[in-house]
Amino acid sequence: MRSAAAFAAILIAIAVQTTLASYLFRGSSTGIDLVLIVVVYVAIKSGPVTGLLAGSVAGLIQDALSGGIVGILGLAKTLVGFLSGLLGTQFIVTAPLPRFVLLIVATALHEGVFIGVNTMLNLRHFPAPYPSIVGQAVGNAFVGVVAFQMIEWFPGFVDRRRAGRFLKR
Amino acid sequence: MAIGDIRQRPGVVLGAAILLHVILISAQVNTASGLPVLQVVTFGSFSEVQRGTMAIIDGVRGMWSGYVALQQVQQENNALKQELQTLQVKLQQERAEAQRTDNLRQLLELRERANLDTVAAEVIAGAASVDFKTVTIDKGSSDSLDTDMAVISPAGVVGRIILPSRRASKVQLLIDRNAAAGALIERTRVQGVVVGIGDGMLRMQYVPGTADVKTGDLVVTSGIDGIYPKGFVIGTIDHADRGAGAYHEIVIRPAVDFSRLEEVLIVRTPPASRTVTEEPAK
Repeated sequence: MRSAAAFAAILIAIAVQTTLASYLFRGSSTGIDLVLIVVVYVAIKSGPVTGLLAGSVAGLIQDALSGGIVGILGLAKTLVGFLSGLLGTQFIVTAPLPRFVLLIVATALHEGVFIGVNTMLNLRHFPAPYPSIVGQAVGNAFVGVVAFQMIEWFPGFVDRRRAGRFLKR
Repeated sequence: MAIGDIRQRPGVVLGAAILLHVILISAQVNTASGLPVLQVVTFGSFSEVQRGTMAIIDGVRGMWSGYVALQQVQQENNALKQELQTLQVKLQQERAEAQRTDNLRQLLELRERANLDTVAAEVIAGAASVDFKTVTIDKGSSDSLDTDMAVISPAGVVGRIILPSRRASKVQLLIDRNAAAGALIERTRVQGVVVGIGDGMLRMQYVPGTADVKTGDLVVTSGIDGIYPKGFVIGTIDHADRGAGAYHEIVIRPAVDFSRLEEVLIVRTPPASRTVTEEPAK
């Protein structure tokens, strides 16, 4: 995946997260992190270095827009990008089930780092974070797997249609 | 070192990235006061991107309803169906218009009742991360908005402004983990502090265990925090437990439905000169 395309995907994810996500996922108390899903996808497609750079950029933009300490989401997404890229190069993660598991691990890591750094620096308190993390992990995994399948299915679908039309002639 | 070499050393890049983030976080944590320039610049510029995104979405929606959908109807070549659909669309528009008028009327009533210098604003974006409970409104410092101004709605207290830019502002919702407000239970006048839990509910702290607290009691702002005017509705007590300590453990259901915020009022009256109103806004 080219860097420009990855950067554009991150910007679109952030724009959608801040504008459309509240409409798309209305009723979900935990929320879906579309930016995290994009970072995981970029990482498994492009490897750990591009993954960590994509995570770093995406996290820093989210930090700057969120009003919190700049760098915490950046750090969390950097680690997620690196880990996802590493697992993407070491294992076959093309089927939905491994991707589902990967997204759950990625969300758990992300929230673990976010909550850990906030708690360590005494910035925010998380009295009972586990139900929220589990809900978010399952939500991200489900939306992510569906999105990944659609992204990879669409170009093939278009090609098949073109080929079908050509054969009919 | 060429880019190709860097890609062969992911551990080095990861170490450098972590170090950079740790330095960045440390620098901010040690800063005593003031907003980071990076936040102001990024938020100011990205609010324009958000505004543009919403404009594109509106444009696409307009094109869809005004051209593509009509073309589909034309293909069906069914005049009766077309007329029915047009009327249904019109009816929905009327309903939406009526709903919007109702919202604005409620805002106007609240403004008159509150007797405060307020300005109305529209919510244009949500939070950039699910870990923060914030919204972006379409008014900023050009409308004399400033940090720590209270944001209210006809249903009750919404939050406070934490980051104003020229044409937009970021509002920290009361349900954010970092949000807090001075509060009192309306029935017994017992005071406490309401804080966000992060899951959509609120917790009222420092209410003595001996105090009379019941499920369903209305909780309003006390005004002692210097941000929120006194007497505005925060929510109702969902459940209260007599904990092991000296204080009650009280969970409050907010009066405002934060997932459906569209229009809000920002209180521009400086905290020191706010008039004290005993009667709650709702």
